[in-house]
Amino acid sequence: MKISVEQIRHVALLARLALTPAEEEELTTNLGQILQHMDKLNQLDTSGVEPTAHIVAVDTPWREDVVTNAPDTDALLANAPARDDDLFLVPKIID
Amino acid sequence: MSTDLTIATAAERLRRGDLTAVDLTQAALDRIAATDDAIHAFLTVTPDEALAAARAADAAFANGTAAGPLTGIPIAVKDVIATAGIRTTAGSKILADFVPAYDATVTRRLKDAGAVIVGKVNCDEFAMGSSNENSAYGVTRNPWDLDRVPGGSSGGSAAAVAAGQALASLGTDTGGSIRLPASYTGIVGMKPTYGRVSRFGVVAYASSLDQVGPMTRDVTDCALVLSILAGHDPRDSTSVNRPVGDYAAAVAGGVAGARGLRIALPREYFGEGMQPAVEQAVRTAATTFRDAGATVHDASLPHTEHAVGTYYILATAEASSNLARYDGIRYGLRAPTDGGLLDLYRRTRAAGFGPEVKRRIMLGTYVLSSGYYDAYYLKAQKVRTLIRRDFEQVFAGADVIMTPVAPTTAFRIGEKTADPLQMYLSDVFMISINLAGLPSIVLPCGVDENGMPIGLQIVGPPFGEEIVLRAARSFEAATTWHHLRPPDLAERKPPQ
Repeated sequence: MKISVEQIRHVALLARLALTPAEEEELTTNLGQILQHMDKLNQLDTSGVEPTAHIVAVDTPWREDVVTNAPDTDALLANAPARDDDLFLVPKIID
Repeated sequence: MSTDLTIATAAERLRRGDLTAVDLTQAALDRIAATDDAIHAFLTVTPDEALAAARAADAAFANGTAAGPLTGIPIAVKDVIATAGIRTTAGSKILADFVPAYDATVTRRLKDAGAVIVGKVNCDEFAMGSSNENSAYGVTRNPWDLDRVPGGSSGGSAAAVAAGQALASLGTDTGGSIRLPASYTGIVGMKPTYGRVSRFGVVAYASSLDQVGPMTRDVTDCALVLSILAGHDPRDSTSVNRPVGDYAAAVAGGVAGARGLRIALPREYFGEGMQPAVEQAVRTAATTFRDAGATVHDASLPHTEHAVGTYYILATAEASSNLARYDGIRYGLRAPTDGGLLDLYRRTRAAGFGPEVKRRIMLGTYVLSSGYYDAYYLKAQKVRTLIRRDFEQVFAGADVIMTPVAPTTAFRIGEKTADPLQMYLSDVFMISINLAGLPSIVLPCGVDENGMPIGLQIVGPPFGEEIVLRAARSFEAATTWHHLRPPDLAERKPPQ
């Protein structure tokens, strides 16, 4: 399937990616070629075939609702790009 | 001293007391210092932690408490696997300064077994790639030929073992990322059955496909490391709670392990586009097995040609969801912005991700987006069922499937970067196995006209790690390919 540069811009917004015009152009070409390869799957009749989401059938495991890790705020906030005391700092969301 | 030892040999010498863990670890660190300017396998070397672990290992040997089978053994860990207190980048700029607060389960298992972690090794960014050229920190070079790629994405893991910088390493395999680099660098690598090894603490790429596995000098070491990694982990809900096989026993039979084995050769894995030396080596391997008492028959995996399309729909869809977490808020890079939150997300991800990661996020977002979900994502899930059934049918009459790993040996750096689809197609013989969740080992079975290693792939049914290891060890015991070393290391003797 061909993909348009408008579609690339829409998908980039969904994916939360800022793209340069050069990247938009390259992705329009690349993704078009890759999707064309993927379109070969349409040659297969899959009517009545169950989809496979996970290869090993596992039941959802249950456990007791108990805390197993000690809270370590400093360790967890150590990687934050910006923090204020015990909080993650983010840009202002509401004016 | 030489670091060209198998784990089995080194462990025996450590136990006997004619080698200390500190000397062995120092030798590995010296080897890294001497060779890594050329190879660039390591992103982070951890000499202080390694030598401390080695001293603890020697103390344990001295007072008789060295219980772990990996005690004192230098091992490298792929940089997508969390190591508490040690930077873990996933080969990405977005995690350039990320220091995990905890160990992955596989890291913890290595440490509990006494292993000495010498550092973190390079990989394609978020394990997305087949050549290591997608690392944000520069390509790792193949120790056999520095102009060639080591394969990807676990290229650093493979190069470190091939170059004698560590005795073993951990890799991860989503669509061939352990097996292709093992093949390209002439070592042994294994992707276990999906669910056999915990994924807890492993940076997620495609969660329904990712598995951690060992990369080693020979099959016996592979069995040993797998026996440490395998097992149920309550912290990974896809980890399977069933007994771990006796992998040491599986490799104990040597050549005799081939007796009575039923081996299938899928015809779709041979032919057009294949380097003649690769096909020749695999056909010769079939003869070796027959001579050792196995039977070899042709088989068909008819949906093979659809595996690459299926994989790149499912893997990129899962990646686009998994990588949504890199938002510049809680950890990782944050790009400067004078706009709002949306602008922060978009600029951070634009600055932090490389071209291949962006391409896969875009592809995955597209195939999951409204109007295309059924045509791509759901369709691919159905084809995945067909691919899985192909294998079930072959395993009804075979113990293992034997195939080439890739159509060619290691290609040159830069050769495929301009054409992403061609790069994706180098994974064609490995991807179906991830889609079907099967265990698969790669081991050396020859060299081509340029002296580059050729790998042999042996695939088993779900949780058939023992039969896969048994088959691989029988081939290894009948051949000498695992004694070959990269040219600049030729003065070293094969391990005794």
